[in-house]
Amino acid sequence: MAGHGNGNGEEVKLLGIWFSPYVRRVVWALELKGIDYEWVELSFRDPKNRSRSLLEHNPVLKRVPVLVHRGRPVVESLVIVEYIDETWRNNPVLPLDPYERAVARFWANFVDQKITEVLIKLLSLTDKTQMEEEAKQASKALEIVDRELKAKGKKFFGGETIGLVDIALSIVTNWMEAIEEVLDVRIFDSRTHPLIAQWKTNFVEFVRHNLPPKDGLLRFYRRYHQSKIASVAPSRL
Amino acid sequence: MGEEVKVFGFWSSPYTLRAVLALRLKGVPYEYVEENVLGNKSPLLLKYNPIHKKVPVLLHNGKPIVESLVILEYIDEIWKSKPILPKHPYDKAMARFWAKFFDDKCMPAVWKPFWCPEDEREKAVEEACQCLKTLETALNGKRFFGGEEIGLVDIAANFVGFFLRTMQEVTGLELLSAEKFPHLFKWTDEFVNHSVVKENLPPRDKQLEFNRVIIAKYEAGEIKA
Repeated sequence: MAGHGNGNGEEVKLLGIWFSPYVRRVVWALELKGIDYEWVELSFRDPKNRSRSLLEHNPVLKRVPVLVHRGRPVVESLVIVEYIDETWRNNPVLPLDPYERAVARFWANFVDQKITEVLIKLLSLTDKTQMEEEAKQASKALEIVDRELKAKGKKFFGGETIGLVDIALSIVTNWMEAIEEVLDVRIFDSRTHPLIAQWKTNFVEFVRHNLPPKDGLLRFYRRYHQSKIASVAPSRL
Repeated sequence: MGEEVKVFGFWSSPYTLRAVLALRLKGVPYEYVEENVLGNKSPLLLKYNPIHKKVPVLLHNGKPIVESLVILEYIDEIWKSKPILPKHPYDKAMARFWAKFFDDKCMPAVWKPFWCPEDEREKAVEEACQCLKTLETALNGKRFFGGEEIGLVDIAANFVGFFLRTMQEVTGLELLSAEKFPHLFKWTDEFVNHSVVKENLPPRDKQLEFNRVIIAKYEAGEIKA
């Protein structure tokens, strides 16, 4: 649990922000392994501190999450998750077999490229046709993931417990639901994605609802999307 | 105990080159199958990589592994000699970060100025140079990104290591120079002269000619970025 940062006698800090799906991945990995860590919220309400902290810990990409372990920063959510997995060996998030690891990495990348990044991108789009086209592509990608989950025949991609792919796929829970509602687009459909429907319930239960609250996401995404619309010149609307 | 190792690739693909370099570095014997990426995809490629339909594909004892960085990690985990990833988790994380940074930011940025429309070129050049500057900083005066020996990042960055200067030669557009990025420029020499790398690069003349063909195709609108 977020506490004093005593990751079994080592200093573990997580720099993040409440709404970020990428940050939440790291939280789950830490909690799965029972690692104590200090949570540092880099809020937009304190831009100077946020800026300074990011420049210090992630000068190249300037974004969260940043895991600071023994004073050294690790960045990029899936890189961090693998780092955590290799440093704390209990409750592994990646399979032990090299081929299975390659398969897990492949699917985690697929989910991020074809679903996560597309969903985030949708919020910046102002053209409704473009939005629907992108949403359609994401929905097709989700169908592929649904088939893969079916072929796997287990509760999660990680088996009985969540693994790397499940952690990436988490975007389809509160985040996707909030994005669908704010933008009035459909990506998920329980008829087209039956196994994902079940997976969502199982996932939320497994992480004990440790997710950003949906109403908070709705408010945040609504404001964000409105600001994008407002910044488009009137003659182009 | 026979191990079947096959690589489906394209002779001029920097992504295929990643898989080839890793296997060659570790002395792993393999069969190479050339795919003509500009033509029709072979049934085998479609069978082994149905989702992305791209090279490289590594086939190990009948099981396909796809996505070049995933392939590199797999190769390193199976064949333990001449490791390309560092041992310590933190150093591994750093290597993975740089390899991902290269793929996500550098590849598109460094490639773009050569094919983009005239009015976008200035901005594209600026962004490409930003990436090269970051790589220069990341190299930190070392011989290779991997230290004294080539590693994951060097192998991943082969587009800058080899292909970039061939594109510069054909187009006259210079992004990477000894004056602007001295360490990175020197690294490209170290890279192409590395004993294993130099045996496995695409032949220079063939690559130069291919660059001309590709640029012509972009300009004719036959291929998109």
